[in-house]
Amino acid sequence: MSLWSKHAILEKNSIVLVIGILIVIAIGGLVEIVPLFYLKNTIEKVDGVRPYTPLELAGRNIYVREGCYLCHSQMIRPLRDEVERYGHYSLAVESMYDRPFQWGSKRTGPDLARVGGKYSDNWHQDHLRDPRSVVPGSVMPNYSWLTQTELDYRHLAQDLKVQALLGVPYSPDMIANAEADVVAQATTDSPAAGDLVKRYPKAQARDFDGNPDRVSEADALIAYLQLLGTQVDFKLYDDKANIR
Amino acid sequence: MANALAPQKTMTLGEGGLALAFAALALLSIVVAAKAYTPEYAFHAYLFTAASIAAVFATINRYYDRQAEPAPLTIDGKPNYNMGPVKFATAAAVIWGIAGFTVGLYIACELAFPFLNLDLPWITFGRLRPLHTSAVVFAFGGNVLIATSLYVVQRTCRARLAGDLSPWFVVLGYNFFIVIAGTGYLLGITQSKEYAEPEWYADLWLTVVWVVYFLIFLGTIMRRTEPHIYVANWFYLAFILTIAVLHIGNNAAIPVSLFSPKSYIVWSGVQDAMVQWWYGHNAVGFFLTAGFLAIMYYFIPKRCNRPVYSYRLSIIHFWALIFLYIWAGPHHLHYTALPDWAQTLGMTFSIMLWMPSWGGMINGIMTLSGAWDKLRTDPVLRMMVVSVAFYGMSTFEGPMMSVKIVNSLSHYTDWTIGHVHSGALGWVAYISFGAIYCLVPWLWNRQLYSLKLVNWHFWISTIGIVLYITAMWVSGILQGLMWRAYTSLGFLEYSFVETVEAMHPFYVIRALGGLLFLTGALLMAWNLWKTVNSAESAVPASLALAPAE
Repeated sequence: MSLWSKHAILEKNSIVLVIGILIVIAIGGLVEIVPLFYLKNTIEKVDGVRPYTPLELAGRNIYVREGCYLCHSQMIRPLRDEVERYGHYSLAVESMYDRPFQWGSKRTGPDLARVGGKYSDNWHQDHLRDPRSVVPGSVMPNYSWLTQTELDYRHLAQDLKVQALLGVPYSPDMIANAEADVVAQATTDSPAAGDLVKRYPKAQARDFDGNPDRVSEADALIAYLQLLGTQVDFKLYDDKANIR
Repeated sequence: MANALAPQKTMTLGEGGLALAFAALALLSIVVAAKAYTPEYAFHAYLFTAASIAAVFATINRYYDRQAEPAPLTIDGKPNYNMGPVKFATAAAVIWGIAGFTVGLYIACELAFPFLNLDLPWITFGRLRPLHTSAVVFAFGGNVLIATSLYVVQRTCRARLAGDLSPWFVVLGYNFFIVIAGTGYLLGITQSKEYAEPEWYADLWLTVVWVVYFLIFLGTIMRRTEPHIYVANWFYLAFILTIAVLHIGNNAAIPVSLFSPKSYIVWSGVQDAMVQWWYGHNAVGFFLTAGFLAIMYYFIPKRCNRPVYSYRLSIIHFWALIFLYIWAGPHHLHYTALPDWAQTLGMTFSIMLWMPSWGGMINGIMTLSGAWDKLRTDPVLRMMVVSVAFYGMSTFEGPMMSVKIVNSLSHYTDWTIGHVHSGALGWVAYISFGAIYCLVPWLWNRQLYSLKLVNWHFWISTIGIVLYITAMWVSGILQGLMWRAYTSLGFLEYSFVETVEAMHPFYVIRALGGLLFLTGALLMAWNLWKTVNSAESAVPASLALAPAE
């Protein structure tokens, strides 16, 4: 009896066929995904990576809302030209709090993994309002409404609570102060900035959008962009330390 | 028909249950709309309310209109096929196709001429691009898959579709999902996971629809009067099952609140990247490949009136394809922070995937053995055969691009976009057009209005595809090389924006290619419209009902 005739069992029993398909498609995914949750060298051990401040998280959510990832990657590959153009190659630890990850798959615009600190807030304001005013050859859309739209942060504490539930180390203190921290971070010389930095080390607090009268969506987005790729101190980073 | 002997008409459990479920959903949606955190979400809640109320009315209306007896499974010993939902999905596919191609053309123009973003949030490239991909993949492709699968499963099983209301629930529910997803993108509701952008409530809705789809498909197979399950149905089953698994796995998220459209995905960072591309690549593998191979396995043999070339090849390539495809995801993450072992596995399996892919291509093309002459006279068959040729080409290109050293050049560039479109336009859309050109005359029992127009469609679209993919090859490789170019002094030769400026002519050519492709699709829509509205039927009704085999 040849093996071919055995296949008739699958062709004549729909439930057997369904179970067969499920087993065959399960294997690859299980082998590739499950170990990433327990192999210790998946995410490097590095100091300095903290959860997003409420303002940065709100900015990230605007980045997500506008689909920025469709043109901008956040993943520098360990290739000579990329490291020279953008900076140190990206580490897994740098996106460990990213839900969803925004590594991207296309660079119609440049990589943004280390854009933080590269340009002034002023430049970002102009660039978001009218990209061609600072980069004449750019094909990016104008995002002029971001500076004119108030940031809606009424429910941000709930966002932090959900992330805490998923394992992001947001303390009850951070959740309770979410709204206050938004205002503190978006204000230059805010008296509450000290508490903010205690909760979120090295958080930068200032009026990011150039309009001190309100907290706009541009405040949040620029705060997020200015943070990108700045958390790990590569003067202290030892890339051999994580080899196991 | 009041007759003392006629059985009493009673409401079935399905009708009553569905009406009640939708009434409850309508109430819930009203509450959500009232307390929604954002006006955009309130708008969606109102859409859910309106759709639920419409569903309650439609269900009750149908109860009053229908006869007391359920529709018979057979009439005079022949299966009483249920083609209403198939017709709806076929028409929806054509309409969504045109919409999706149009949006694609518009965003292609936006990249060439950025002023077209018009300073409006709703039509920026970032919001329209998911609208384009979802409209062509899920709205056009999805409706083609639903229409053909529900047609093919009935014909090859010689059995009426399982379920009474449920096929309509699947077809209408799926298209409602498309409306929610599409309007959501325009309003900025997205989770920004590529090809899985809809937020949690749309995902939940789709899950329900999809499970019912699976059940009616499987239920129809179980009703079959043929001993064997036909090969096309293996592919449809693999497609439906795997998409369910992928959809649930990749969209596992916790909403911020019942009243918020926002959710956070349970995976994060590197794990989320792996899960995303496990999903993303297999959306290609199972939605855009397995499902459309099923179309190939039914429509090409039917159209050229020849048996499938090799039964054994279909067994081998089916199991090899679905086993290997699942592993290929990490080739989207070469040189990233994903561990090397996973990247290497992804590359290895991607290269192996070349073989079962070409197994499918050989089986499709060689089915024409003894009927090659029909390519000259039948443009519909030609479209389907060319689509299989494009399938062969892009499944060679894919494994090549998954080789890490090639990928280091091609990744992040337009080469990827070109590759996707040689698969999407050449393979998926062409096999779909071929199937639609077959289906519409069969379903409406009409003669196709004009084969000459099909010929025009074929040639205009083919020139469009060639323009599109060659422009993207050149721009992709050019940009990749410019990024890594060094001067003799060891400095990077080009700033990023110089490489963007170099793309302009190719973006214009690409848009032109898209325009031609859209023109071809419009010709098809016109042709089909004239077909459906022509007066005379193609064959006597008794013959038209004859089973497929």
